[in-house]
Amino acid sequence: MSNVKATVGRFEPRRTTRYTIGQVFRTIFLLATCVGIAALLVLLLDVLNEGATHLSWDFIRSYPSRFADRAGIWAALIGSIWVLSLTALFSFPLGIATAIWLEEYAPNSWLTRTIQMNIANLAAVPSIVYGILGLAVFVRWLEMGRSVLAGSLTLTLLILPVMIIAGQEAIRAVPTSIRLGSYALGATRWQTVRRQVLPMAMPGILTGTILALSRAVGETAPLIIIGALAFVPFVPDGPLDSFTVLPIQIFNWISRPQPEFHAIAAAGILVLLAVLLTFNLIAVLLRNRYSKKL
Amino acid sequence: MTAEPTLAPVSAPVIETQRLSVFYGATEAVKSVSIKVEPNQVVAFIGPSGCGKSTLLRCVNRMNDLVPGARIEGDVSFRGMNLYADGVDPIEVRRRIGMVFQKPNPFPKSIYENVAFGPRINGYRGDLEALVEKSLRHAALWEEVKDRLTVSALSLSGGQQQRLCIARALAIEPEVLLMDEPTSALDPIATQKIEELIYDLKQDYTILIVTHNMQQAARVSDETAFLYMGHLIEFGPTNQIFTNPAEERTEAYITGRFG
Repeated sequence: MSNVKATVGRFEPRRTTRYTIGQVFRTIFLLATCVGIAALLVLLLDVLNEGATHLSWDFIRSYPSRFADRAGIWAALIGSIWVLSLTALFSFPLGIATAIWLEEYAPNSWLTRTIQMNIANLAAVPSIVYGILGLAVFVRWLEMGRSVLAGSLTLTLLILPVMIIAGQEAIRAVPTSIRLGSYALGATRWQTVRRQVLPMAMPGILTGTILALSRAVGETAPLIIIGALAFVPFVPDGPLDSFTVLPIQIFNWISRPQPEFHAIAAAGILVLLAVLLTFNLIAVLLRNRYSKKL
Repeated sequence: MTAEPTLAPVSAPVIETQRLSVFYGATEAVKSVSIKVEPNQVVAFIGPSGCGKSTLLRCVNRMNDLVPGARIEGDVSFRGMNLYADGVDPIEVRRRIGMVFQKPNPFPKSIYENVAFGPRINGYRGDLEALVEKSLRHAALWEEVKDRLTVSALSLSGGQQQRLCIARALAIEPEVLLMDEPTSALDPIATQKIEELIYDLKQDYTILIVTHNMQQAARVSDETAFLYMGHLIEFGPTNQIFTNPAEERTEAYITGRFG
C-alpha cells in the first residue's frame, strides 16, 4: 500500500474539477444543438400557423393572380420540379465523372492540384455570381433565353463544385486495399472503378447529391438574374419555355404590401418544404438500397 | 554480400530475378537481388521491417507499377519471359501470378461474388458456379460456406476471409501465388489453417510468401531468402538457413538478436 501513498503525493487528480469541466462542455454542446432545433421549430410553427389554412388543392392547382384568394402555386411548383430534375440530370453525371477523374485517374501534378484548389474556391463563390455567368453564357451567348434549360444549367454550375467535392470524399473513403485486391485479380482501372469503387462510394455520393440539390431548389438570386419570371400563368411544356420557381413566387408574394399575399406566401413555403422533403426521401431511399447491397 | 547469380540448374525456374533493384524516387528499396524459384516450391522471404521483401514480392506481379514513383532496374522473368519487357501487359501478368495481401481484403459483396469477380472480369467462358466451388474447395473453405454463398463476405471471420481471398486468387487459375504476410492479422488457429493450406497448394502452385514469423517460414517453406536493408543476404534451403546459416547476420536475425 505504500506506493499508493506515494502516488497520491505526486499526482493531483482533481477529479471533481475535471468532471465539472466535462459537464460544462456537455451542457454547452446541448444548448448549441437546442438553438438550431428551436429556430427550426419556431420557423416551421410560424409558417404552419400562417399558411396552413391557405393550403388547399385549389391553391396548388391554380396559377398566380392579382387576387390573393384566387392565386395559386401550380406554375412555380411545376417550374421547380422541371428545373430540379434537369439540374439533377446534368450535375449528377458531370459531378461523378469529374470526381472519378480527379481521384482515380489524374496524375498528382501541379495542374491537378490547381484544378482541385479552384473547385474548392468555386464552391464558395456567391450564387448571384453564377446568375451573372448564366445570364451572359446561357441566356445571351447561347441564346437559350429565359428558359428552364438556361436556369437548370446555371444551377448545375452552381452546385457542381459541391457535388464534385462530396463525390471525391466518398471515393477517397473506399479503402486502398479494395483497389489493390481488384488489380491483383487482373482488373483494369475501369473495371476496378466500375465494379468495386463506385458501388462502395455510391451512398456517400448520393448524400452529397441530396445536399447539393436541396441547395439548388432553394436558390432564388441566380434565377432572378437570368430572368425567371414572377408572373407565369402557364406551366413549361419543354426545356426552352420560360418558367418560374417556388422561391421566386414566394419572394414575389412576400414583397407585396397586402397581408393576404403574405399568408399565401407562407402556404408556398410549405409546398417548397414538401418538395424538398420528397426529393430528400427519394435520395435517402436510393442510398439505403445501395448501402444494403454491401 | 549479394549472392552472385549461380550456374543455372537443368530445370527451368518459374520466377527469376536478375540483379533486380527497385527505387521509390531516390530511395533504393531492393538492391540488385538475384533469385531463382523452382516450380512447386514454397519460398519464404524473411527480414526486418523495411528490408524490401514486400517490395520484391510486388515486383513479381507488377503491383509495384501502381506505386507512384516506383521504378525498377534489372530483370524479373516468369517462365523465361521478361515481365518488364515492352508489350507485356501487367493485367495478364496479374492473372497468371495471383496475390494474397497482409490484411484480408474481401470485397463488400457476397462470398460467391468475391470468387466470381476475377473470372468474370477476365472473360471466363466455362461454368462459373463450378469454378467458384472448385476454388472454395481448394482454399479449404467450401464446407464452411457452401450453404451461405449469397451472404456478405464481411460476415466471415478473419481467417475465413483470408481463405476467401486465397480462393478468389485461385479462381483465375494462376500459376504462382504471392502471399504478403498472409497470417499477420490472424489468430494462431486461423494461421495454422492457412499454413496447412499452403502445404496443400504447393502441389499445384509455386508460392512466394513474405513473413515476419520465423517459425512460419521454417514450417511452410522449402527455401528461404533473408533480406536486410534491400540486400539479399542469404538464399538457400530452409533447413540450411535455419540450422546452419552461412552468414552471421542471418543467424543473428533468426535467433532474434535483432530485427
